[in-house]
This record gives sequence, structure tokens and C-alpha cells, in this order.
Amino acid sequence: MKICYYPGCTLKATAQNLEDAGLAALAVLGIAVEELPRWNCCGAVFSLATDDVLHQIAPTRILIRAQEAGAGQLVTLCAQCYNTLARANLLARTDAEKRETLNRFMTEEPDYRGEVEVVHYLQLLRDQLGWNGLAARVRRPLAGLKVAPYYGCTLLRPAEVNIDAGRAGGPPAILRDFLAALGATPVDFPLATECCSAYQVIGSPAASLARAQTVVAAAVAAGADALVLSCPLCDHNLGRQQLSFPATNGGPPRLPVLYFSQLLALALGIDAAGCGLDRNVPGTRALLAERNLVPVAV
Amino acid sequence: MTVFLAIGALAAAAPRKVMELSGVNPGRCMQCGTCTSVCPMVEAMDVTVRQTMLLLQHGRAEELAAARTGAVCAACHNCEVRCPRGIEIPRLMEALRLLELRKNRDLVDPRAIPRERLAALPPIAMVAAFRELTA
Repeated sequence: MKICYYPGCTLKATAQNLEDAGLAALAVLGIAVEELPRWNCCGAVFSLATDDVLHQIAPTRILIRAQEAGAGQLVTLCAQCYNTLARANLLARTDAEKRETLNRFMTEEPDYRGEVEVVHYLQLLRDQLGWNGLAARVRRPLAGLKVAPYYGCTLLRPAEVNIDAGRAGGPPAILRDFLAALGATPVDFPLATECCSAYQVIGSPAASLARAQTVVAAAVAAGADALVLSCPLCDHNLGRQQLSFPATNGGPPRLPVLYFSQLLALALGIDAAGCGLDRNVPGTRALLAERNLVPVAV
Repeated sequence: MTVFLAIGALAAAAPRKVMELSGVNPGRCMQCGTCTSVCPMVEAMDVTVRQTMLLLQHGRAEELAAARTGAVCAACHNCEVRCPRGIEIPRLMEALRLLELRKNRDLVDPRAIPRERLAALPPIAMVAAFRELTA
């Protein structure tokens, strides 16, 4: 089955490290994906209003591009793109009235009924390799690295698009299993599935900064060396916002933030350029040097 | 905020437009407050999520229009997955935002974002914020 890849706008801008590491890892793992030959922004948020069909056009066009390319699956690295596309796909499958409206509006496009399956990269790893299969490919176990998995919202909610739906009712474990396969020590913490404040970094900046301090402090209190996530918006809010944490009395605790794909690339023995660690804010070099995990230079 | 409610005014009074836009009936809320307790943005809200549900049930359009609840909501869906009544609260929040946005009123002023902040923001933050908070 052919798998197409949808990057999304931010992976070509501030989150190049999420993409570079993810694609380098797939090449090493022998999982072939093809970037959609033509794509547009997914819209970043899924429209919730009953009368708003207009904003479903952007994600639906992306799904049509994947179908046109003959893909059975469309994979994303960005958690937010995953969420928007998976929900638009669900709409195409389950809401006959809106599907009809969309298909009639896009007369130049072939009709779409949700034939493609939208998956997140973590699901692809789990379903194609399995965690034991992934562990067998690890060349540089992340031994001694204590990592707090941060899911945020969009990988898990609403329940219909939960990437770890098999565990419905219990806490998600997909990132914990992923980290364990890489040889790292997963550190559960109470705010792993809570929101980073998302786009309210623009709407309510003070509340967003306070939120970042709360989440980071909870991960530090649980004993984590680093936070791992899959969303460029979470990365900005919980990572880059640490630069704005108050400095009085040493300020609130801080810790390195990495994309899950970067830890994957690191564990697969991919070089420094492939891991894209220079783009992380705050930096990760000191932590990785301390754990003897600095990737080899190109 | 103190709001005085008429006894026996429950349910059917929910502003019709909010129910239309959201497809959700706030009358099903039993005021347990779980939504407020799990809301990551509650400290920035002048009216909590639970209070908003009550105002909706009583059709208090004026108080709802004055509140910043919808504008501060991050659409994280935590309230929805925890709600014991299974109410899709984020849809109600979106409807409350849209009531303002569709009057061509912005809930955030893009020109007020300092230039150096703008340069560091990921595209996803701007697309999402302007989609949710500008007309």
C-alpha cells in the first residue's frame, strides 16, 4: 500500500527539525513515503460550527490529492495537522449532507468519501514495525535519558481521532512505548495530556506563559531530563517560551524540549544534521553531552 | 460575577443562535463543574465554563456577549472528554466566538503583536489564532 506524506506549513518553516529527523528515520527504517506533489495549508484548526462547510475545503482537498496519488494512507508528523485532517476525513465518511455539499462545491475535483486513512507517524511506526521491531533497529540506545512524553490535545482528542484509541479509558501509552523502544526511560507526569494553551499564545499571551511554566515545572518535578512532543505549536509554547520565563530567584524550572522524531533519529544513529538539534530552543547540547548521546557530525 | 436568575427559567431559553451554530443543547448540563476544573485557560476567564453553561441555560445573551470565555478557550477538548453528560462544550465555545466574529469584530488585534514576537512565532500559531479569533 502506498503511503503519502503531508508536511504542513510549519514543518517547512520553524519546525524543519521535526521533518528532517522524521524523514531521515523513515529512510533508515525502510518505510517508503511520498510527499504529496501539491498541497495547501490544512487550516490548522478544525471548524466546529454546524454551518461552516467552507473551512472543510482545505483539508478535504489535501485528502483528495492523496487519493489521486493512489495512497491508502496519508501520514503526518505534525499533531495538529493530523487532528485537522483526521476529523475532516471522518466528516467525509460520516456526514452525508456536508460531504454532498463539499463534493458539489469542488466540481473540478473527483468526489471524495473518506477513502484515504489519515495516520500519525507514531501510529505508522507502531503498526508497521511494532515496538519490538523498532527496538531491534536501535543502534544507539538512549540509555539514562529520562524523557517526559507530552501528548497535548490533538493526538488524543476528541476521542474519535485518538491515536491510542486501543487504550481508551486508560492513560495513553503510545509515546511511552516509543521511548522505551528507543532505550530511554519514560517519565509519566500529570500534565502529559493537557493543553499547552495552543493559539492562545497570541490571544492570551500572559495566560499562555503561565501555562508553559506550570507544564514544564510538572515535568521537572516528575524527574524528567527532557520533554518530548510532536506539535510545533506545543514546541513553541513549552520550549521557546522558556526564554521568556521570569529570571527572578533563578526563575521557574526549565528543561530541553525535543520532537519525538529527533530522539528516533538519534537512537537510529543518524548524524547531527539529520537530527536537526541545532534548531531546538532551548538547546539540548549540554544534556546530550552529559548523557554521552551527542550525534556524530556529518 | 453575580448573576440573578429567575426561578424556573431553565432549559429552553438557551440563545437559539448558539444552539444552531453548535448543534449542542446546553440544557443537558447538570452544573457539576468538571469542565471548569479541567480547563487549562480558566484562570484567564472572567466567566468560567460552568457559569457559561448556566448563562446559556437561562438565555442570558447580554452576559454571554460581555464574557471573554469563548475568546479565551483554547479548544483543547479536555472539558468534552471529561463531561459526564457527554456535552460537546468546545462547539458551544466556538458558537460564542462566532457570534462576535460574524459581527465583524476581532477577538485579537494582530497589529498589537510586537514585531520581535511575531518573528519567533510558528506559522501554525498564527493560522490557528487568526482562524479562531479574527473575523
